[in-house]
Amino acid sequence: MKTAISNALSTSDHASRDRGGKAQPLLSVRGLRKHFLIKGGGPGKPACKVHAVDGVDLEVRKGETLGIVGESGCGKSTTARLLMRLLTPDAGEMIFDGDPVDVMGGLSLRDMRRQMQMVFQNSYASLNPRMSVEDSIAFGPQVHGLGKRESRQRARKLLDQVGLLPDQFASRYPHELSGGQRQRINIARALALEPRLLILDEAVSALDKSVEAQVLNLLEDLKREYGLTYLFISHDLNVVRFISDRVMVMYLGRVAELGDSEALYRAPAHPYTRALMSAMPSMDPLRRTQVAPLDGDPPNPIDLPPGCRFCPRCPMAVAACHDQEPELEALPGGGHSSACLRATEVQAQGRQQEALDQEVST
Amino acid sequence: MMPIATPETLAEDEAPVAATGAESLVEVRDLKVHFRTPGRQVQAVNGVDLSLARGEVLTILGESGSGKSVTLRSLMRLLPEQRTLLSGRVRVAGEDILAMSRGELSRYRGSIASMIFQEPMLAFDPVFRIGDQIAETVRRHEGVSHAEGLARALELFELVRIPSAKRRLSNYPHELSGGMSQRAMIALALSCRPRLLLADEPTTALDATVQIQILLLLRDLQRELGMSVIFVTHDMGVANEISDRIAVMYAGRVVETGTVDAVIGRPRHPYTLGLMQSRASGELRGRRLSAIPGSPPDMASPPPGCAFAARCPRAVEACREAVPELRSPGEQHLAACFRLDNAEDR
Repeated sequence: MKTAISNALSTSDHASRDRGGKAQPLLSVRGLRKHFLIKGGGPGKPACKVHAVDGVDLEVRKGETLGIVGESGCGKSTTARLLMRLLTPDAGEMIFDGDPVDVMGGLSLRDMRRQMQMVFQNSYASLNPRMSVEDSIAFGPQVHGLGKRESRQRARKLLDQVGLLPDQFASRYPHELSGGQRQRINIARALALEPRLLILDEAVSALDKSVEAQVLNLLEDLKREYGLTYLFISHDLNVVRFISDRVMVMYLGRVAELGDSEALYRAPAHPYTRALMSAMPSMDPLRRTQVAPLDGDPPNPIDLPPGCRFCPRCPMAVAACHDQEPELEALPGGGHSSACLRATEVQAQGRQQEALDQEVST
Repeated sequence: MMPIATPETLAEDEAPVAATGAESLVEVRDLKVHFRTPGRQVQAVNGVDLSLARGEVLTILGESGSGKSVTLRSLMRLLPEQRTLLSGRVRVAGEDILAMSRGELSRYRGSIASMIFQEPMLAFDPVFRIGDQIAETVRRHEGVSHAEGLARALELFELVRIPSAKRRLSNYPHELSGGMSQRAMIALALSCRPRLLLADEPTTALDATVQIQILLLLRDLQRELGMSVIFVTHDMGVANEISDRIAVMYAGRVVETGTVDAVIGRPRHPYTLGLMQSRASGELRGRRLSAIPGSPPDMASPPPGCAFAARCPRAVEACREAVPELRSPGEQHLAACFRLDNAEDR
């Protein structure tokens, strides 16, 4: 263990850590599930179940950025926490580069976390206020057996790489930094163990737009330099489209749609994805939004409707949608799948709408 | 003390953010807000001019620390009295807000101007039913009975399109979802028929599909009731959806202002341009974003010249020496930059 991390100082070692070759997914998850139990609200009120993540399959390919979008309560953050095992899943198996995780003979959680790290939304809460940033970054490597001096050296190198001068910032404390700077520290800390997969859970959402752009650029640079793979979670469709190779849309604990970023944005095949996209505020003063695409709030994942969970809000629901829960199925053309019985119709309607818009604008 | 736009520098029809004297509901002139903290003084707002016509929606767009919320709060005098130094002129509906006594303020708040916030849950008392809270507000301001207040609350709930309004009146705040409690807060704010609605990032904490509902609702209500609205946000898209005019703030000053078409469609100030260009979008996939380098200045010791100069790609020596005044690069459009004429040479 100790030698492994000492050796892993240089980036070239990343290639040698690749085990199954390019074609083998870096992370593969089947049937991930987490239900939270809520105690009854008093005598006579029964306990209920929050279906936070309700059967999610996902695959993260080596070197890609997989984006996850969805509204609050869709289970995107719970998914991230389950992958990191900050929460224990109720069901589901997880395979990291060919090794099953947390089973006999497989990868231990400790080893998995060396290869997989996470950056959170709240940059302040995720740093220890009593540790200087240098100590925070050096902490992980030390726990994993790297010497004190080497850890500090690595911390300073990382500070430099995330764009903060080590001499100026190493001894500062989190409260002395701006939000953007703190998020850079969190990224540096996540990279200190030289992980292969970085989970970014709304990592840029709390930043101002001008700073967000800086951090997005930084993420792209680091990805190239370290050969990283990202799981990028956000509610901001524009940012996800910008950074992701593939995008997964979640609704109430299930995957609604999954596909190559451009294919999915150009021709969404789930009514929910389409609604999400048209709910983005317009940037054209002449084309303001006239009608809200969906009514009401996202329902809570406690009392799920029978059949498709989106059908109470769905403008295209038919009788069959109320009876059967659609599975995620591949669409013709490949690289794109949708959990909607009327997926092809949704796409056709979208194309019609687009043609209509084009006509209006010309 | 510092150069700001004076009437002489502005042609009559381009007075700051338009609005002619007779019709304007809000007049802010050279507003400065400084906060005293032990050992230092933070200059949060440094000479802001705004005016707002009746029935108009103005958005103050800015990032954290730009002074946008502080400006809004000074219109309600919601800042801590002990630690705040306010100067300049703030007039709403002909009344001098900065000179008001406590009694005058509590009459003014709610009936002339009222405010909605980012966190609706904090606007309500968690231990009383929502209907009763609205009824109490109406009773307090208009001297009617509780029953009449409740009837008004029901009307308001229907106005903000809360489904099964009658049943919802007897809910407690925690029983409402995010979008619903935002609607309830709008109802509370409108309960005494204010002429001016101040909105401090009311949709920031909401999901996109709910945000657009609330924006459309506010747009409808504004039109139906003929209210004036000042809306504060950091999101350009939201500003585009809601406003007639936009004022972009940076480091305690308005740096660009004009109609939505002008500011979103043809931005001229390097900061506004920078904000536009740093927006991630699908078309820019695989390319680097042109982020604005650096971070905003520390407002305890702002630079002597243009506050944006240190981050500005077009800054010259003059920018670091004096603060630029608002000048007009086009109709209904003002920008505070020395280098406007060189805008194309980027």
